[in-house]
Amino acid sequence: MTGFADLISWLCLIAGSVFCIIGGIGLLRMPNFWTRTHAAGITDTMGVGLILVGLIFQAGLTLVAVKLVMILAFLYLAGPTAGHAIFRAAHAYGVPFAALTTGVEAPGENSDGSD
Amino acid sequence: MLDFSMFEVTMVAILVTMLIALIAAVRGPTVFDRILAINIFGTKTVLLIAVSGFLTGRPEWLDLALVYALVNFIGTVAVLKFVRFGNLARDDEEVGS
Amino acid sequence: MNRTLKTALILVAVWLLWSGHTEPLLLAFGLLSVIIVVAITRRMDRFAESERNQYPGPRFLLYIPWLLWQIFLSNLAVARIILDPKLPISPRLIRVPANQRTPTGQAIYANSITLTPGTASLDIRDGQILVHALNAEFAADLESGEMGARVKRTEKGA
Repeated sequence: MTGFADLISWLCLIAGSVFCIIGGIGLLRMPNFWTRTHAAGITDTMGVGLILVGLIFQAGLTLVAVKLVMILAFLYLAGPTAGHAIFRAAHAYGVPFAALTTGVEAPGENSDGSD
Repeated sequence: MLDFSMFEVTMVAILVTMLIALIAAVRGPTVFDRILAINIFGTKTVLLIAVSGFLTGRPEWLDLALVYALVNFIGTVAVLKFVRFGNLARDDEEVGS
Repeated sequence: MNRTLKTALILVAVWLLWSGHTEPLLLAFGLLSVIIVVAITRRMDRFAESERNQYPGPRFLLYIPWLLWQIFLSNLAVARIILDPKLPISPRLIRVPANQRTPTGQAIYANSITLTPGTASLDIRDGQILVHALNAEFAADLESGEMGARVKRTEKGA
C-alpha cells in the first residue's frame, strides 16, 4: 500500500465520518418528518459512500474491493427504495407537511392532490 | 500506525451517529420518523461491521455486512407493511386508513 | 440472449465472487440456490407487464458518474443548510414529469431524485413524480429537467 493511496483513504474516512455526524445533527435539528428525510439522505449517500470508498483504497485491487463495490451498489439501490417505501407510506397515511411548505398541495391538507 | 487509529476514529464517528439515530427513534413523534431513524441505524451497522473487519484485519466480515444490509432492507419494508396493513400476509385491507 | 440464461449467468458469477470456494459441496449448494432463484424469477416474470426493455441501456454507465457528482454537490448544499444556525429551509412540494418511456427509466429517475439529498420522491402517478424539496433552489434544479433528460437518454433505443 503506497502512502498516496493511504492518504486518500484517510481523507475519505474522515470526510465520511464528518458527513455521518452532520446527517445525525440534521436528524435532530430538522422540524418535521419531511425535512428529516433529507438529513437522512446525507448519512445514507455521502457518509456510506465516502467510508466505503476509503475502505476500497485500503483494500487495493483485491477481491475485498470487489465485495465493497457490490455492498456500495446494493446500498445505493436499496437505500432509496426503502426510503421511497417509507415516504410513500407516510404520504398515504397523511403525515402533515410543515406550515411553511408551499407548492402543489395546500399546507395541512393531505388530499392526494389529483386536482 | 496511523492506519489503525484511523479505523478507530471512523468507528467512533459511526457509533455517535448510531446513538443520534437511536435518540431520533425514541423522540419520534410519528412512527415513520422512528422507522426512518432505525433504517439509518441499520445502514450504519453495515458500515460498522465493514470498518471493524478492517480494524481487526479480517475483511471476510464483509460477508456479514452484506447480509446485514439485506436483512435491514427487508426488515424496513416488513415493518412498514405491518404498520400500514396490520399483518404481513395480506395487502388488501388497510387499518384505519 | 435469453433472459433466463442471462439471470442464471449473473447469479453464478455473484455466487463465485462472494464464496471464493471450489469444494464440490459448496458448488452444489450454489447451483441449487441459482436454480431456486431462477425459478422464482421466471414465475415473477409471468406477471410482469412487459418483458422487453427491463434492463437500462449501455449509456447507463455514463449516467452513474454524473449522478455521483450531483449527489456530491447536493450533499454539500444540504450539509451547509444543516450547519447554518438559522436553519434556512423553505420546504415545498412540486410535481415533475417522468417522461421516460419504460418503467425501468421511471424507477431510475425516482431513485436518483431520492438519492440526491434535498429532494425526495413521494409518489408517482399519471406520469408525474411528487417531489418534496428542501428549498426553492433544489426545486428549481429538478424542474430544469436536466436529470430527467439524462435518465431518458439511458434507455434502450433512445
